[in-house]
Amino acid sequence: MRYPTLAFGAARRRRAPPTLVHRHSGITRLWHWVNALCLAVLLMSGLQIFNAHPALYWGQDSTFDAPALSIRAERDADGEWRGITRIGALRLDTTGVLGLSGPREARQRRAFPAWATLPGPRSLARGRDWHFLAGWVFAPGLLAYLTYLVLGGGLRRRLLPRRHEWRRLGHTLIDHLRLRFPRGEAARHYNLPQKLAYLLVLFVIAPLAVLSGLTMSPTLDAAWPWLLDLFGGRQSARSVHFLCALALVGFFVIHVILVLVSGVTNNLRAMITGRYALPPEEDPRDE
Amino acid sequence: MSDSTDPARRRFLARALLGTGTLLLAGCDRLSRGDALQRLFDASDALSARAQRLLASREALAREYAPEAIAPSFRPNGTTAPDDPTYRRLAADGFRDWRLEVGGLVERPATFSLAELRALPARTQITRHDCVEGWSCIGQWTGVVLGELLDRVGVRDEARFVVFHCADRYRGGDRYYESLDLREAYHPQTLLAYGLNDAELPIANGAPLRLRAERRLGYKMAKYLMRLELVADFAHLGRGRGGYWEDRGYSWWAGI
Repeated sequence: MRYPTLAFGAARRRRAPPTLVHRHSGITRLWHWVNALCLAVLLMSGLQIFNAHPALYWGQDSTFDAPALSIRAERDADGEWRGITRIGALRLDTTGVLGLSGPREARQRRAFPAWATLPGPRSLARGRDWHFLAGWVFAPGLLAYLTYLVLGGGLRRRLLPRRHEWRRLGHTLIDHLRLRFPRGEAARHYNLPQKLAYLLVLFVIAPLAVLSGLTMSPTLDAAWPWLLDLFGGRQSARSVHFLCALALVGFFVIHVILVLVSGVTNNLRAMITGRYALPPEEDPRDE
Repeated sequence: MSDSTDPARRRFLARALLGTGTLLLAGCDRLSRGDALQRLFDASDALSARAQRLLASREALAREYAPEAIAPSFRPNGTTAPDDPTYRRLAADGFRDWRLEVGGLVERPATFSLAELRALPARTQITRHDCVEGWSCIGQWTGVVLGELLDRVGVRDEARFVVFHCADRYRGGDRYYESLDLREAYHPQTLLAYGLNDAELPIANGAPLRLRAERRLGYKMAKYLMRLELVADFAHLGRGRGGYWEDRGYSWWAGI
């Protein structure tokens, strides 16, 4: 639609065919799709596990009377069950989604609703099975991919910001908010917000998610006591793990929106076949 | 973009995606119905066990905390008041007639009264209890070092696990039991605890004697101990997976 054929006849100047570039290596593409699957399983099974004790704390152990966050069903003054989410002193009625969910005639008292957990019905044992299975694919994959990025030069070549990009950061961000994305030669490389987002997810949030997950293991805490010091205790680690999951969901939402609005076929093809068509330079007729 | 607008190519891509999705879903569906998935989960659990056994040496200690870290009350979980008549009779008498039986693959099967256990080498430790549900609680445990007790009865060469037989039936179902491999049984922090926070172990927390295996999750630490049995394998016990919760789908390793 945006690149019509000669339907407009000779009057319309024909554009040059777009330049195809090799965007993603086979390793990146494989890793991307395996991760998409793993993260979906990790998130949903993680919510199932959270449901077994739907409260978060800070520190070494659980201060049961004063959780940092809790998602429970509570009876209101009329004796009706309500889903109540508490974050510190904040109290939110989240009936229908958090705390109390399911069809109106068969409400279930559970922190996260059945549609968001793996498996759907309550099963801590199965949730853990899924979580650790996907974790065994995700964590070694992450380690291998980060090693590949660092040693293979991809980190320096494609992800580390360059000096001139910082100077244009404000400009680039405004363009992003206006959904105007780089075109032509500028689209050959990741732009700065993109680089920063990938660096943050790859080198900070994902490793933190893995490490905070490992800190919940009593055996690994014995093997690597520094894990407990890193997070300030097992319950802090559990909260960090939850926050990392939340951050990854946030990344996923923004990621998918940007993929959709910046040329979904082109982006998807780049992540499936590796080839990416550089969007042609600005054309006055697009305005 | 020229080639992605080619209708034939587009149709092909769409069908390929749809086809892959359908296959994946069908695969998942079949998997979750059959044993294949269970085998996959068992393999993943075995991998966790192997990796953790490699990383946590025989001696690596669970963290011990300062007295200030002790929780105001130690949260009891699972059964908190066994209704077994024998147990209730023993409890009514302050466990004076209670005896821990130690048998199976040992040189000298024996029974121990609470007083006899208290006379054995003891250890006091302030550790963190990690429940499989996700919460943690810090308490101070006093008890006999399990390894010392095992040395007194003499573990035979073919023994590989210690099985802990309990007095409680969780929610009136099967009798609770657990098992540990000998490496964990001989860990210096593995105790048969009779004291909690400088007092006698309360019934809610497993009186008169419970297991402390500080590098494992809470459900490993069987309460209301009645009998220890040294075995070469535990296939003949319960549903054969080595413990009450293991029989209900939880990991035997229980290290994460």
